[in-house]
Amino acid sequence: MKKSALFAAICVPAFLAAAPLAAKTLVYCSEGSPENFYPGVNTTGTSFDASEQIYNRLVEFERGGTKVVPSLAEKWEVSADGTVYTFTLRKGVKWHSNKNFKPTRDMNADDIVFMFERQWKEDNPFFKVTSPNHSYFNDMGMPKLLKSVEKVNDSTVRITLNQPEAPFLANLAMMWSSVQSKEYADAMLKAGTPEKIDQEPIGTGPFYLVQYQKDAIIRYKAFPEYWAGKAKIDDLVFSITPDASVRWAKLQKGECHVMPYPNPADLEAMKKDPNVQILEQAGLNVGYLAYQTTKKPFDDVRVRKAFNMAMNKKAIVDAVFLGSGIPAKNPIPPSMWSYNDSVKDDEYNPEAAKKLLAEAGYPNGLETDLWAMPVQRPYNPNARRIAELMQADLAKIGVKAEIKSFEWGEYRKRAQAGEHQMAQLGWTGDNGDPDNFLHTLLGCASAQSASGSNIAKWCHKPFDDLVTKAKVTTNQAERTKLYEEAQKIFKEQAPWFTVAHAVQLKPVRKEVVDFKLSPFGRHTFYGVDINSK
Amino acid sequence: MAAPPFYVQPMLRFILTRVSLIIPTFLGITLLAFFLIRLVPGDPIETLAGERGIDPARHEQLRKEYGFDQPILVQYGIYLSRVLQGDLGKSMITQEPVITEFAALFPATIELALCAILFALILGLPAGIIAAIKRNSIFDHGVMGISLAGYSMPIFWWGLILILLFSVQFDLTPVSGRIDVLYYIEPITGFLLIDTLLSDEPEAFWSAVRHLILPTIVLGTVPLAVIARMTRSAMLEVLGEDYIRTAKAKGLSRFRIVALHALRNALIPVVTVIGLQIGVLFTGAILTETIFSWPGVGKWLIDAIFRRDYPVLQGGALLLGVVVMSVNLLVDLAYGLINPRIRHTR
Repeated sequence: MKKSALFAAICVPAFLAAAPLAAKTLVYCSEGSPENFYPGVNTTGTSFDASEQIYNRLVEFERGGTKVVPSLAEKWEVSADGTVYTFTLRKGVKWHSNKNFKPTRDMNADDIVFMFERQWKEDNPFFKVTSPNHSYFNDMGMPKLLKSVEKVNDSTVRITLNQPEAPFLANLAMMWSSVQSKEYADAMLKAGTPEKIDQEPIGTGPFYLVQYQKDAIIRYKAFPEYWAGKAKIDDLVFSITPDASVRWAKLQKGECHVMPYPNPADLEAMKKDPNVQILEQAGLNVGYLAYQTTKKPFDDVRVRKAFNMAMNKKAIVDAVFLGSGIPAKNPIPPSMWSYNDSVKDDEYNPEAAKKLLAEAGYPNGLETDLWAMPVQRPYNPNARRIAELMQADLAKIGVKAEIKSFEWGEYRKRAQAGEHQMAQLGWTGDNGDPDNFLHTLLGCASAQSASGSNIAKWCHKPFDDLVTKAKVTTNQAERTKLYEEAQKIFKEQAPWFTVAHAVQLKPVRKEVVDFKLSPFGRHTFYGVDINSK
Repeated sequence: MAAPPFYVQPMLRFILTRVSLIIPTFLGITLLAFFLIRLVPGDPIETLAGERGIDPARHEQLRKEYGFDQPILVQYGIYLSRVLQGDLGKSMITQEPVITEFAALFPATIELALCAILFALILGLPAGIIAAIKRNSIFDHGVMGISLAGYSMPIFWWGLILILLFSVQFDLTPVSGRIDVLYYIEPITGFLLIDTLLSDEPEAFWSAVRHLILPTIVLGTVPLAVIARMTRSAMLEVLGEDYIRTAKAKGLSRFRIVALHALRNALIPVVTVIGLQIGVLFTGAILTETIFSWPGVGKWLIDAIFRRDYPVLQGGALLLGVVVMSVNLLVDLAYGLINPRIRHTR
């Protein structure tokens, strides 16, 4: 320790030379480096956050909510049959510029068509640039759904669908549909460096990229010509800090203003810090244990119900989420429209569970596997611990559950193939629409696909009819009724043991003004201000 | 033409022998890097596709595009022939050439490693020498005790403790990063200490220095402990030699005996240890860089493992291997220069 003190003392003059604080610089301690600046091929929040500041979409989610609001499209009309969307684009939307490219025109319909075709048409010269795997575009069913995307004139785009799709606008508000400059793309293609458009991005968003150093820093500046008005802060810096404890140390010292993903162990100290506030929001997510409903014994609803009654949900959530989760009874989170609060959760009752299991033909219990994810996710901070608690509860009704785990990619692949009997998994919503949970995670199409997200492999016609009908119904009140009914059926049929909805916790320094939590876990800094000390 | 000096021939042979060892080592590294990562469970295409998975047809198509459908030995052959042509491939995640990413990140690692080894030498050598001279004194026991503790310290824990103590508690040093985020320094050499001096913001240099302090201490702790212990034991051995007794008998000053006669001979094993510590430094850099958000190759390789980014892992391991081999070669040569008995050995 003496040596360290000596070393520090030698450097004392250095401490005196502190840097002057620039006005209105907001520092966000992000958790990692983005893969690139092209959200069309990204799937991680880290990459989306980096691009979110740069790009706009036709429509966007309102800040801090799930409501779809106009963005590059000023307004739109939907045909009576719900298959033709005509978007009127905002005029005078300026592009950023960089050392390689100076735009000669404003954003127009060509850029919108380019955004779709890049992900859709294999003969588009940009289809394979950076990656040919346009995950979200495919996952949202766009290749099958889109019939045509046409430029009517510079400020009008017409999109025709093969069938009506109620969540279409919400899907368009997602990050995958971020609009890039067609003019920039053409220029880079001509220069022989097409990948540059994804590495040195040009967007229409509130901030433009100044510098990116992998694993160190992303530096943005407010775009003075932003169509919605210049951002309140002048500079935005992402200081890439992978370790949660180090992020917290930086926040404490004021080296950053906002940090994501706090370490649960640091929460107590955070709450006590007078300079820090913790913003809280119910996350748009669900963590669950899926029963493989096509395999014995879980093809019998009585067994599934018995298991649901045997596990003490409250104890599990209390022990593992440490106050950052609420027990889940429905497959969709309470903050989502159409959440059916009248559904009654299966009560914890090991005696009744034992009886039901005997009725189903297992008076002496049974043996099963129980898969625990090898990674930590917002909807499941410790799958192994949850599995152990479940195992102990199940033992009380004579069930011997063997805990299994695999490498994460392998885990997902095997679970999607239905190799498990019971597997933990979860979901974070993409677009705020119940369809994104109920149809994607529990619909028949998803159960039958080898890469579908319905790992319970649960295909129950009455439920599927409801969610399929809701998908093509445009009236929200009608859709709400259909989804409420679907949630009742879900509870009766019990394809999952719903575990918890995680609460999103975000430590933010008190000088930060008007930072809003995004239900999707995004970090948006337009509209945020900072009180200079 | 004049005949070469009498010592050149053995020295040349010595160098050639050492250089010729590089080829099999190089091949060994390509083999290890290539096959070890393929033993790790997980599919790079799955990882590339992200959390949302990928449909089997697209999966197959991408496997083909990346050449993963070929037999593994064919894949290795293609990889090796590309490496020999100087092509390390592109990162599967960022699509940047591996060599470009390495070149951008490596200066940060080198800067940190150099500071760490300097820190270890500046403190370790004198501590070891004094401990040897004052054998069995409190100082000696203290140095040995501290160095044992330093050697056994888990880097991750040590880094966090220093951050909590010096950054959070006493507010003496910044928590992490290479420089205060308010400075915008365009990379010229990649070595921030140099780039900041070249910039027109002199305070930026001090900011870079302040950011180096904690990671330097953390990364330098293990080499410091090893160097101190090694210097002590080498000195003890040399101090017991006959020629030292002779020097003492001749009435030479204690300083001359230690600095000129003992230290030069004691340095031989110490230099070897320093060479070996270069490999240790790169291993330590992986953890140190993660704790201190230091944008170097250690962090880059860790991410590549998690993302199953085969080209980055293979290329990164190979390039680091080449660096370690080169440093060890230089150490071997320096060893030969310090100790004539080695260069004259056939």
